[in-house]
Amino acid sequence: MRDLSAARQGPYIAASPLVRPLPPATRLLLRGNSEVMAAALGALGLEFAETACRAASASGRSALWLGPDERLLLAPQGAFSEVFELLRAALAGRPHSLVDVSHRQCALEVSGPQAGLLLNCGCPLDFDPAAFPVGMCTRTVLGKAEIVLWRTAEHRFHLEVWRSFAPYVSKVLALAARELTP
Amino acid sequence: MSQGLRTASGGRINRARPVRFTFDGRELRGFEGDTLASALLANGVHLVGRSFKYHRPRGVLTAGSEEPNAVVAVRRDAARVTPNLRATEVELYEGLEAHSQNRWPSLELDAGAINGLLSPFIPAGFYYKTFMWPRRAWQRLYEPRIRAAAGLGLAPEHPDPDSYSNRFAHCDVLVVGAGPAGLAAAQSAAASGARVMLCDEQPELGGSLLGEADPGASLGESGREWLAGTIRGLLANPRVTVLTRTTAFGYFPHNLIGLEQRLSDHLAQPDLKQPRERQWQVRARQVVLATGAIERPLVFPGNDRPGVMLAGAVRTYLNRYGVLAGERAVLITTHDEAYRSALDLRRAGATVTIVDARDGASSELAEAARREGLTVHTATTVIGTRGRLRVKSVQIQKLDAHGQARGATERIDCDLVLMSGGYTPSVHLFSQSRGKLAWSEGLQAFLPAESPERVRCAGACRGVFSAAAVRSDGESAGAQAARDSGLTVNTVIGEPQPVQSSGAAAPGDLPQPGGEPAAKAFVDWQNDVTSRDLLLAAREGFRSIEHVKRYTTTGMATDQGKTSNLNALAIVARQLGKSIPEVGLTTFRMPYTPVTFGSFAGYSRGELFDPIRTTPIHDWAARQGAVFEDVGLWKRARYFPRNGESLHAAVARECQAVRSGCGLFDASTLGKIEVVGKDAVTFMERLYVNGWTNLAVGRCRYGILLRDDGFIYDDGVVARIAEDRFHVTTTTGGAARVLAMMEDYLQTEWPDLSVWLSSTSEQWSVIALQGPRARQVLEALVQDVDLSAAALPHMGAATGRICGIPMRLFRVSFTGELGFEINVPADYGLAVWEAIHAAGEPHGITPYGTETMHVLRAEKGFVIVGQDTDGTVTPDDAGLTWAIGKQKPDFVGKRALERPAMHSPERKQLVGLLTAQPHVVLTEGAQIVLDARATPPTLPIGHVTSSYYSATLGRSIALALVRAGRSRMGQTLYVPMPGGNLAVQVTSPVFYDPKGSRLNA
Repeated sequence: MRDLSAARQGPYIAASPLVRPLPPATRLLLRGNSEVMAAALGALGLEFAETACRAASASGRSALWLGPDERLLLAPQGAFSEVFELLRAALAGRPHSLVDVSHRQCALEVSGPQAGLLLNCGCPLDFDPAAFPVGMCTRTVLGKAEIVLWRTAEHRFHLEVWRSFAPYVSKVLALAARELTP
Repeated sequence: MSQGLRTASGGRINRARPVRFTFDGRELRGFEGDTLASALLANGVHLVGRSFKYHRPRGVLTAGSEEPNAVVAVRRDAARVTPNLRATEVELYEGLEAHSQNRWPSLELDAGAINGLLSPFIPAGFYYKTFMWPRRAWQRLYEPRIRAAAGLGLAPEHPDPDSYSNRFAHCDVLVVGAGPAGLAAAQSAAASGARVMLCDEQPELGGSLLGEADPGASLGESGREWLAGTIRGLLANPRVTVLTRTTAFGYFPHNLIGLEQRLSDHLAQPDLKQPRERQWQVRARQVVLATGAIERPLVFPGNDRPGVMLAGAVRTYLNRYGVLAGERAVLITTHDEAYRSALDLRRAGATVTIVDARDGASSELAEAARREGLTVHTATTVIGTRGRLRVKSVQIQKLDAHGQARGATERIDCDLVLMSGGYTPSVHLFSQSRGKLAWSEGLQAFLPAESPERVRCAGACRGVFSAAAVRSDGESAGAQAARDSGLTVNTVIGEPQPVQSSGAAAPGDLPQPGGEPAAKAFVDWQNDVTSRDLLLAAREGFRSIEHVKRYTTTGMATDQGKTSNLNALAIVARQLGKSIPEVGLTTFRMPYTPVTFGSFAGYSRGELFDPIRTTPIHDWAARQGAVFEDVGLWKRARYFPRNGESLHAAVARECQAVRSGCGLFDASTLGKIEVVGKDAVTFMERLYVNGWTNLAVGRCRYGILLRDDGFIYDDGVVARIAEDRFHVTTTTGGAARVLAMMEDYLQTEWPDLSVWLSSTSEQWSVIALQGPRARQVLEALVQDVDLSAAALPHMGAATGRICGIPMRLFRVSFTGELGFEINVPADYGLAVWEAIHAAGEPHGITPYGTETMHVLRAEKGFVIVGQDTDGTVTPDDAGLTWAIGKQKPDFVGKRALERPAMHSPERKQLVGLLTAQPHVVLTEGAQIVLDARATPPTLPIGHVTSSYYSATLGRSIALALVRAGRSRMGQTLYVPMPGGNLAVQVTSPVFYDPKGSRLNA
């Protein structure tokens, strides 16, 4: 019988300067109270904090605050089973919801000194480092699509986009990139 | 034609760069730095357009965005024609092609000018009075004729090939206007480290200073250096964004300002890859409005002839563009400031006669004019002008001690008339911010008072006019704005300057012999509204200025009455015997100047108009030649025509393949929600009509969701994956709203439940494999799940692997055949689909689309929410009472279902219809009546909701909602159609395999 494990195919991403698609990843949506979050982040070796709209990140694993009871957990593609088992063990007996959304969305990286300017073509947020510091993450919009946006460095942003919106988002970014001065 | 009226030197034009352009086909020359208006004037062209209603010859009135007359079309090619542009703003470029508007056959000889002779018969509101009867003629005859005769430019007939851009921005201080006040404000705000944005509608910073002979000199000692240094400093500051050619067109709540930046209209060869315009949405902590003031025309008979211009505009053309607009000028004024224009013209070599309506104008400027040898008539009014295509003379008359026009008259020959009624502060944006305006008696103007927004005004727009005071006022406003935006300001913040009140003239019209003008005295140039129209409106009983505006159309043209509103208000107030503030102002509406539709669309054009959502299998279907349909934002394959098949033929083939072999269907767009938590089953019990407690793990159930009014909201198959985990599916279009409804109930009604909802619509690709051979196809690909009917019966669910890919496998059927829905992680959707397709080829596997899916489910009487239901259908109406959990204490909509009306036997119920002629397919939405001979109007008893030709049954079938439908089985009803009433027989909605033996195979 054929094994299709290597036949993954993500959505179409329009090529443009400043934007690159990120490789497939493990994505888990964790819902639960603060104790659940503290236990989960602890198990993953991440620092737990209740600060809104902040991401914790270490050793390739990240937890993005999306709500008081919601974190988006990211890890390398191959780490799915390991992360899943760590969480299962840490969360046993605690009411929570853990849902695999690895394929629901894909990730884009927007980088360069004009990254914020480019995102402002369709995202109404203020990307001044004082208003949107490194480590900040939030649900927001890019044009008519919802995205999760996370600033990973002063000039670098990580976008999580639902797969069917990825062509649209990447095309809007490609169109707007033409206006940037090289 | 030579640029005969160009001065020998001076101005901000680049005389080393001549520019060729055409106006109505005539080749003319100007210079780089010219506007179309200044270049036309330099060529002696004063006649630039015909007026809206009377088709009167019109010339350039102003030198700015307030221009009502010189409205032209600029054409680059057939698609890129922009009508209604103000020539005073159009920057000249090599090869610019401009056309006048609203004239036929030519500007000089315009047939429509007959309206001028007919004018006694077409006063204000004439069409309300004249075209009352017959009523039908309004649509067919009057309106098209009136629209053709009136109006301004023509819209281009081709799609706009240009692109447009959007950008969001934030700043501490947004300064609107880069005149002395705005520059000073931006500079002082930036000095505190504020993030500043400065925008100005002109191509160059400086505002009113650009119209000075020596820009900056009027600011006092070292004013020139200050001006140059300030501009340099702002441009060099990385915290400051300077936007020229950018109009702040709208003030929206919470300090959101809309800016329109024109990027390429001034270029001879725009780069088509770059946007033409960029619309900014700026969220500013603080706003400083430094929008200046607009000079007011005077209202006197014949004040609209080409060659009659605002005094300040004439001065701007002279100083900024090196254009002497005329050589024999008459200045008509009620304001001191205009004397500057007379003196500048005089120094440039023109003769100037000053007519000042005020008694004893003896200001410094008047004295200076007399010293220069100019004739000054004081206490004198203007009672008429002459000249067909250009003003030739002005008729003046002395005023008596009571200000009545009773004295001697005199005619002054001229080729240029300057007029000035003082300045109206530009409070448009302030007013849009919901700011209150206060009438200043001293200034005879409305000034900004309080606004709920974080906004302050500086300079002329708040009644501070002298250049030095304007600069201090701007500095003060900028520093205050920086401080109020939360920054520390280390310098001493100056106080706003006091409002100046000297030399202000009352708005309104100039005194006329007998009180009323002998000829048309225009108030609103662009909509051809005269002082008589306003007086007539007041006499006819209009009291509110808003009503007068609509009746006379004053201030309703594309210039929004920038030059006319205050004069109109004053004339109406006088006639009503009220003061100006008693009458009040009309609303200032956005946009400040017209904004292109393109810039509002921005990137949302063509394929980016809305996101186009496609499934992982989309490209495969496209390669197979599938025809797609839009379902919400999704593209779904509707059918897969082979060898040029019609829809009908393809659907018949696909249906037969599913019924006889197997078919493959992409159901990935179905909404999916993962409901997880120890209270998941309680949540499901409370929400859906069905019972869930007794649903075992590994089983599916068809769920129905009602709104709280008891009507069907959504439906879908729900699988129990674990004790505490449900895989809920929704309709494609309902995915987002069902999740929102669930969250709403969870958060507001049942926050105590330990359950969470996660959208997994896009996590799973869903492949429906349907047909008697489906099991055989699947068996070749799945090892770890027993697919036998005993192990996995209808509505069974299993997890396992297909070709090594993890899957959730549901044995469900929306076709009435043995069927499976294979859920795999989306990135594997295409690979698994292709594997199933390959494995199915020996079995004649056939991909089918939504149309076939619709036919197959209709043959089985399965409803589609939103097609067979319309928000007024209960589960019982749809024949789905069986789905309701009878023992349940409650669910959303239960109480509503208990209302007596919900049990009325007369409710519309879902039934099947069979046409008497089997090959006639009913039209969906067609009405159903009882009587064979019924003719409209008659009372319908229902309507057709779904209708198809069924290849399986060899005849047409239809579903319908019919009043008391289930009691009418076998009855003949009628469907009225244009060709006659069609007889139909009422049947069960299940047309095929009513026992469900195929489903359970």
